[in-house]
Amino acid sequence: MEPVTFSVVLFGASVVAGALGALLGLGGGVIIVPVLTLMAGLNIHYAIGASIVSVIATSSGAAATYVRDRITNLRLGMFLEIATTTGAVTGALVAGWLPGRALAVVFGLVLMYAAWTMFRSRQEDVPTGVVGSPLATRLRLHGTFYDPSLHRQVDYQITGVPEGFGMMWLAGLISGLLGIGSGVFKVIAMDIMMRAPLKVSTTTSNFMIGVTAAASAGIYFLRGDIHPFIAAPVALGILLGTVAGTHLLLHLRGAAIRKVFLVVLIVVALQMIWRGIQGTIR
Amino acid sequence: MMPSKSAGAPDEREPITWMELMISYVLRGGVLVSAAVILCGIALVAVTRDTGYAPIQPHHLPDILAFHPTAGPGYFPAAPAAVLRAAWVGKPYAIIGLGMLLLIATPVVRVALSVAFFLAQRDWLYTGITVFVLAVLLVSLIVGVG
Repeated sequence: MEPVTFSVVLFGASVVAGALGALLGLGGGVIIVPVLTLMAGLNIHYAIGASIVSVIATSSGAAATYVRDRITNLRLGMFLEIATTTGAVTGALVAGWLPGRALAVVFGLVLMYAAWTMFRSRQEDVPTGVVGSPLATRLRLHGTFYDPSLHRQVDYQITGVPEGFGMMWLAGLISGLLGIGSGVFKVIAMDIMMRAPLKVSTTTSNFMIGVTAAASAGIYFLRGDIHPFIAAPVALGILLGTVAGTHLLLHLRGAAIRKVFLVVLIVVALQMIWRGIQGTIR
Repeated sequence: MMPSKSAGAPDEREPITWMELMISYVLRGGVLVSAAVILCGIALVAVTRDTGYAPIQPHHLPDILAFHPTAGPGYFPAAPAAVLRAAWVGKPYAIIGLGMLLLIATPVVRVALSVAFFLAQRDWLYTGITVFVLAVLLVSLIVGVG
């Protein structure tokens, strides 16, 4: 393949990944890594390096808009970053001792179960009848945002703080351990366990994934895993894509985003199981 | 200047608006600056047909993508000091690398900024939370776990 063709294909895939990532609160590695590995004999290190860059670009690009539009729950994100960062460090420390491949399969199955839970709530725009927990009140995690697709202000309460925190720690552990899938787990933790509205979950996940990724990006950069030839079209494509993704999020209903998320969730679960079996984990 | 009392009261959201705006600006600024730098690097490669290092020919592509080149086609600097030096003299691959470093730094700057905001609001709980996150982040960047 011509280097120019390679760059153009990668750029195009990154635009799509950026849009989807901004909409769903994921890093876009779900799309970037398979595209890269499908292109003749790509080293897994470069794929993960590009994936890390795509996570940071999606996060910063999308969060700039979501924070300004006041959809992101900043306190929720910052509080949960305690769990994700310590989880990521733990993951990196124990990476040599834990069976990474087996864990990838296990977490893939966990995602399948989460997909089932999401499927049952697929018609839901905004959770109803949630009574906030006292701990969430103490941490001032409850919030409100204006949803243009519903034409109204949505007030919501947060619950399940310990469960969500634990799941977030796992999300960090998985990203530190396997280098994949942390956005999906973050959205699930906030949506299923803490009962935040889906738009709040995906935008707050978006806000957080940049920090989780930045912790490991430095080491990937030093190792020479972030190749300019690969990372440059990815970064620019992703940033362009997030512009489209943030517009989509505002105007799509929660239930519609939920269905898109469900599809991607199943794809990520299968990818994780597949990579676990194949051994293409870090 | 900005008291932060009475959890959940509507007027409590006022000070955080200022913080939201600044965080949004920092994220947007980081993204725009790094994108501009990366774009400069790409434009230089396109115009001069030179990466600043050994050029990539079509027949090199599979090799480059298959393993880490330490020299020859596809080589690029990875140590931040080397990236800065080479970017300064206008080597396109180093300029792209500089853009990547700026992109990576953006979320870290955001966390540091939120510490300052919560401190200014005298919100000790969230000052503690963000300081902890910043510390873990910096330690992992320095020690190199991740």
